[in-house]
Amino acid sequence: MSEIGKEKEFREAMAAGKWRIQKSNSTGAYVYYPREIAPGSGADDLEWVEPSGLGTLYSYTIVNRRAEQGGPYNVILVDLDEGPRMMARLEGVENDAIEIGARVKARLSEIGGKPAVVFDLATGA
Amino acid sequence: MPKPSDLRGKTAVVGVATYGSGEAPGNTEMDLAIKASKLAIADAGLTLADIDGIATCSTSNAMWPLSVIEHLGIKPSFIEGTCIGGSSFVEHMLPAAMALEYGICNAVLVCYGSVQRTGEMDRKAMAQARAAMAAYDYETVYSPPMPVGAYAMAAQRHMHQYGTTRENLAEVAVAARKWANLNPEAFMQGDLSVQDVLDARPVSTPFTVRDCCLVTDGGGAFVMTRADRAKDLKKKPVYMLGAGSAAWHSKITNLPDLTVTCASQSGKEAFAMAGMTPADVQHLMLYDAFTINPVLFLEDLGFCPKGEGGRFVSDGKIAPGGSLPLNTNGGGLSCVHPGMYGVYTVIESVQQLRGEGGARQAGQIDVSLAHGNGGVLSSQCTAILGTDAAL
Repeated sequence: MSEIGKEKEFREAMAAGKWRIQKSNSTGAYVYYPREIAPGSGADDLEWVEPSGLGTLYSYTIVNRRAEQGGPYNVILVDLDEGPRMMARLEGVENDAIEIGARVKARLSEIGGKPAVVFDLATGA
Repeated sequence: MPKPSDLRGKTAVVGVATYGSGEAPGNTEMDLAIKASKLAIADAGLTLADIDGIATCSTSNAMWPLSVIEHLGIKPSFIEGTCIGGSSFVEHMLPAAMALEYGICNAVLVCYGSVQRTGEMDRKAMAQARAAMAAYDYETVYSPPMPVGAYAMAAQRHMHQYGTTRENLAEVAVAARKWANLNPEAFMQGDLSVQDVLDARPVSTPFTVRDCCLVTDGGGAFVMTRADRAKDLKKKPVYMLGAGSAAWHSKITNLPDLTVTCASQSGKEAFAMAGMTPADVQHLMLYDAFTINPVLFLEDLGFCPKGEGGRFVSDGKIAPGGSLPLNTNGGGLSCVHPGMYGVYTVIESVQQLRGEGGARQAGQIDVSLAHGNGGVLSSQCTAILGTDAAL
């Protein structure tokens, strides 16, 4: 008998509109993307928790996609306040106004029909 | 208790060859790998019957060593097929040296071939097939252009953190082109200025197309034996003095500091085995998939302090006539880049150490460092090679 994997649990929650990360209660470390055991420590007490959604923009790139394919778009890396880093998009900002160090806030959205976390600039956070 | 330094100078690269660099229409990846192998074995003064060890890999065939073994019709007692991206063929040197030293085998052929430029299989279709087989929605949903986007974000972070400029990065491409202009085998020739690099087609900020490696065909191979046997072969032996391999992540999101790669680990291990420091190295081959790569690796391998790489490459020292010749074949940026370029770093180091560089020969070289990079800064493999004067 086997339990379903963390990835499937994560996807099912995302499909239901819930974005969650993991936390090891023994080490206090947060984990994202979802894993079976905590990376490095091997702690096997990972539980799903709701992240604050706040983070800081670590790096980014503007991809020079052709206009007929939709034009340039950004890809960003965000350091969540809980610790883990994730890839995402920054929305509602001109590409040339994106800055490393910007405070950002997560929002559950959809890209190409798939649920995806995107970020907006966070004001006063 | 055995220690890594026991391997210092115990094995040597005795034959090297490239075949079909640039465009090789009408060939398969196997054709190029085998043609390069044939030349490398001949370069060593050996025959196919002498080859009893094989190290090879391909991104299009998970059981590639079997195909190469079958094609060659050999029955090797040492088989190495680790595939960790472009660094793989530098990685292969350490297990090959161990197998040789323990008498598992007597001559290891390391080989690679790719026809990603002229081959019948569409590169985009292949990338999509690979992505589907190794799903990782945490990145792919955002359509990061890979691998360039990963390196671009590392460059962006390096610029932010250390004041590295676009011009600094362009200097890497300009130096590579100057070397390529001295190498008849280099695919890209002609003048290239810093301004040309900046004005080229934008790809993924901060990179333009001239910050990115070529997409070419090409095959490369080298042969290793124990040092005692190497002395009796055709060419001047090039000894493996040290080697180290490291990998910390697969996807770029999971490299904690985008300005520090695991070359900081592989380099440390290689230098420890060799009993050397960067000050002993006279020639460098640093896998330049993108212009940020040599900047990061010069720092991580200890040639300059962290953050200084951009300024380090901008005073002419890495270009022809400079004090630290780097990527003397023209690199992945201007010579050849058939998907996984690592094998060429070893081949060019060997040619420089033998004094076979022709117009691009960077003077008398006794110690060279060949460094492979794989994935998205994911795997880093360092080999320190030297002539008998360095033993």
